[in-house]
Amino acid sequence: MSIVLETRNLTKAFFGITAVNNVSIHVNEGEILGLIGQNGAGKSTLMNLVGGVVQPDDGTMLYMGKPYTPRGPADATRERIAFIHQELNLFTNLTIAENVFIEGFPTVGRGPFRLIDRGAVKKLTQQVLAAVGLDLSPDMPVDRMSPGERQLVEIAKALYLDASLIILDEPTTSLTNRETEKLFEIMRQLRAQGKALVYISHILTDVLAISDQIAVMRDGQLMTQEPASAFDINRMISLMVGRSIENLYPPRTSQPQADSLLELRGICAAGIVEDVNLTVRKGEVVGLFGLMGSGRTELARMLYGLDSYERGDIVVKGQPVKRASSRASIRNNVAFVTENRREEGLLMNINIADNIALVSLPNFANPVTQVINKNEMLSSAGQVANLLQLKSGNIALQPAKALSGGNQQKVVVAKWLLSKPSIFIMDEPTRGIDVGAKYEIYGIIDQLAAAGSGVLFISSELEELMGMCDRILVMSRGEMFGEFQRSEFSQEAILRAAFREGGNGNHHGQRSNGQ
Amino acid sequence: MSTIDERVEPAAGLMTAATRGARSRQPSAPWMAFLWRLLLSDYFVLYLTIIFFVVASFFFPTLSAPGNISNQLSNIWPLLAVAVGQTFVLILGGIDLSVTSIMAVTSVGGALLMTQVLDGPTFDKSPLWGTLINENGGLLSGNPQAVLIAVAFMLLLGTLIGLWNGFAITRFKMAPFMVTLVSMIVFSALALWLTASRNVSGLPADFVLLGKGDIVSVFLGPKLNPDIARRDVLPFITYPFAIAVTLAVVAHYILGRTVFGRHMYSIGTNRRASEISGVPSQRVIMLVYAFSGFCAAVSAILYSARLEIGRPSLGDGLLMDIIGAAVIGGTSLFGGKGTIKGTFFGVAFFILLLNILNAMRLSPFVIDAVKGVVILTAALLDITRTRLANREQRA
Repeated sequence: MSIVLETRNLTKAFFGITAVNNVSIHVNEGEILGLIGQNGAGKSTLMNLVGGVVQPDDGTMLYMGKPYTPRGPADATRERIAFIHQELNLFTNLTIAENVFIEGFPTVGRGPFRLIDRGAVKKLTQQVLAAVGLDLSPDMPVDRMSPGERQLVEIAKALYLDASLIILDEPTTSLTNRETEKLFEIMRQLRAQGKALVYISHILTDVLAISDQIAVMRDGQLMTQEPASAFDINRMISLMVGRSIENLYPPRTSQPQADSLLELRGICAAGIVEDVNLTVRKGEVVGLFGLMGSGRTELARMLYGLDSYERGDIVVKGQPVKRASSRASIRNNVAFVTENRREEGLLMNINIADNIALVSLPNFANPVTQVINKNEMLSSAGQVANLLQLKSGNIALQPAKALSGGNQQKVVVAKWLLSKPSIFIMDEPTRGIDVGAKYEIYGIIDQLAAAGSGVLFISSELEELMGMCDRILVMSRGEMFGEFQRSEFSQEAILRAAFREGGNGNHHGQRSNGQ
Repeated sequence: MSTIDERVEPAAGLMTAATRGARSRQPSAPWMAFLWRLLLSDYFVLYLTIIFFVVASFFFPTLSAPGNISNQLSNIWPLLAVAVGQTFVLILGGIDLSVTSIMAVTSVGGALLMTQVLDGPTFDKSPLWGTLINENGGLLSGNPQAVLIAVAFMLLLGTLIGLWNGFAITRFKMAPFMVTLVSMIVFSALALWLTASRNVSGLPADFVLLGKGDIVSVFLGPKLNPDIARRDVLPFITYPFAIAVTLAVVAHYILGRTVFGRHMYSIGTNRRASEISGVPSQRVIMLVYAFSGFCAAVSAILYSARLEIGRPSLGDGLLMDIIGAAVIGGTSLFGGKGTIKGTFFGVAFFILLLNILNAMRLSPFVIDAVKGVVILTAALLDITRTRLANREQRA
């Protein structure tokens, strides 16, 4: 049994933040390596290094015993390393065959008369499709296929490349149980053929069931790599979490009150969220935790009125919302700090003051002529910027894009603060900002609660939720799978709920595993 | 106290850094520094136009002749009117290709309504012959309110076509390019069909006044007779001037001072973020396209009155001038950027350019090619200016 891939002291930093720190792992021929860790632990970055998507700052890689330094994904493909990404990289407008052969079609003829050999394309595609057990026409457009079928097409593509190493990054997030079983079946077949596989997943039971070796990462570092037999779920979780959280969070200065500001009753949207109930009270910070694909962001978007839902009621301050829309939410004093600053939060090319004033513009305008009182607007925007200690140049001139990430986030928060909302939905408000700015955002959240607002704090960083929230709700595959009061907070218990390994919520729908 | 200190300090630091950066980049020669300031000024295109005019007058003396200036000014106003509407649409990140056809269809629509006399043998091929029009002219022929009603009809028609464009773009989520291209083809064809491809003449004198009436005119030359012939008087401030400038000033205030204007810029910059922040994007987009149609109708009124005809080919070849003028004036086709002031300078520059090219007696094909190059250069220059200005801001 030989080693297919080995990394030695691999290190990679982005903008001064070390994503992968001195990591040495190895993948054997005919084995599946399970790679686990929390969000942001560095799993994806490590695999991007292997796949040539990014280049290491330090350390080396050995592939088939030879030094391996990919300059781009094409180098990895040439070395027959297949990388199946978290978000599928298929062209949905093209057919299966076109997707399989996108990196080089078989041709007939030569010179200027080189043409794609349609017959060969069709035959080869049928072969690889049969190998993954897909009974579909090679001419079927990918956008007519289910997520599971698409995943299998990605694997078919890897088979066509005759890959020796196949990396699967969270392949099961969008698959049904049956599709997952089928995927595992094929993974076992590939293993039997002597291929090496790396399997990244949040579903620990799956990892435990299918892997030969397991590597655990935390904060960019490899905690351990051992045979799968050395692990149980508890050990996996305790290796993934850790680190003390004192002094990273400001003390909470208020207690939740009794009156509820926001209630969700039985919100359903097929395949996204199922029968979700939720309450946010006055002065309360409620954390919403879940893994990628758990439906937390989707729920927030429905509740704010950006996406539609099929059944259920949204009740704001005792009044049911008839038709949720962003304008209705703003009228109801609901604010939504979106996950994605660049696309959904800011007008990057426009000055800071206009960004801050955007939501509350009508408040600065003459009700008849709609003419804006510019001085009043500028001074109000300036006050909020001051309050949040925004570090900027002249707010009337400097465009938002000239600010650092943390200050951009403050502008988004400032925009909503100015409209004086009483319910804040914050989706990943600290993503991609430095520790100091995070502390300031936490401080703002505490002040909002102290002033009687309700905050729904959505995050994939469990630690910050435990540091700031009065209560944490855990979502898993569209369902509420657990609720924890501050006194019950424990990383292990909450993660177990997120992984559906326990929790104190309703257990229906939990998937039984193949093995 | 401490919060105030913290805020002032980085800001002050930033200012010094900015001045330092600017100083180090700015060449020591004062004339270079002057050019640098000129390039980054809001009035860059205006300065360019003036310089261009002065230099070109040196080679083509006819350019600065009072008769020519008066004539060129009268070319500016109708183009300005339609370019104002296009600027609004471009700020949203859209495009309105249908303006020229709106001009054509409103021109012939209004003319067919109010014309006093029509030539039977030519117009009997029109589908309206015998019902809405006959030898005695249009429906409103002889009506004392004919001009008022016809003008109102033209404005309404232009606005409604624009509203339809906006409706199709927002409700059916179709690409503005597609929707307005179809409108362009359909309404251009309609204008030709209604008139059997003929110009409609015989318009009431009151209407013609809208395109030619003067407020301030100058007579240059020796006074030989007590009565000065009308054609010897050079009009400088005219009705079209008053109409187009009023439209531009109102548009300027809407854009710069009102909630609606802020919403336009925000939609053009990032529609998704704007909608999440409660900007009623559908309503804004619909109204802006309607406004563009309205502006095209105003332009059609000015052109038709000046030519004294309703013309089914009125906007032909004008689209590049309209979009070109806006782009030269600093409006971005990517949306979120542009001013009425800039568009005004752009229109002036464009008219001057055409004037010079005509004075050079170039063939119309060469003129078109030069126009294209100038628009491209303007767009490129604007990108460079924006980058420089951003660097200044960031330093």
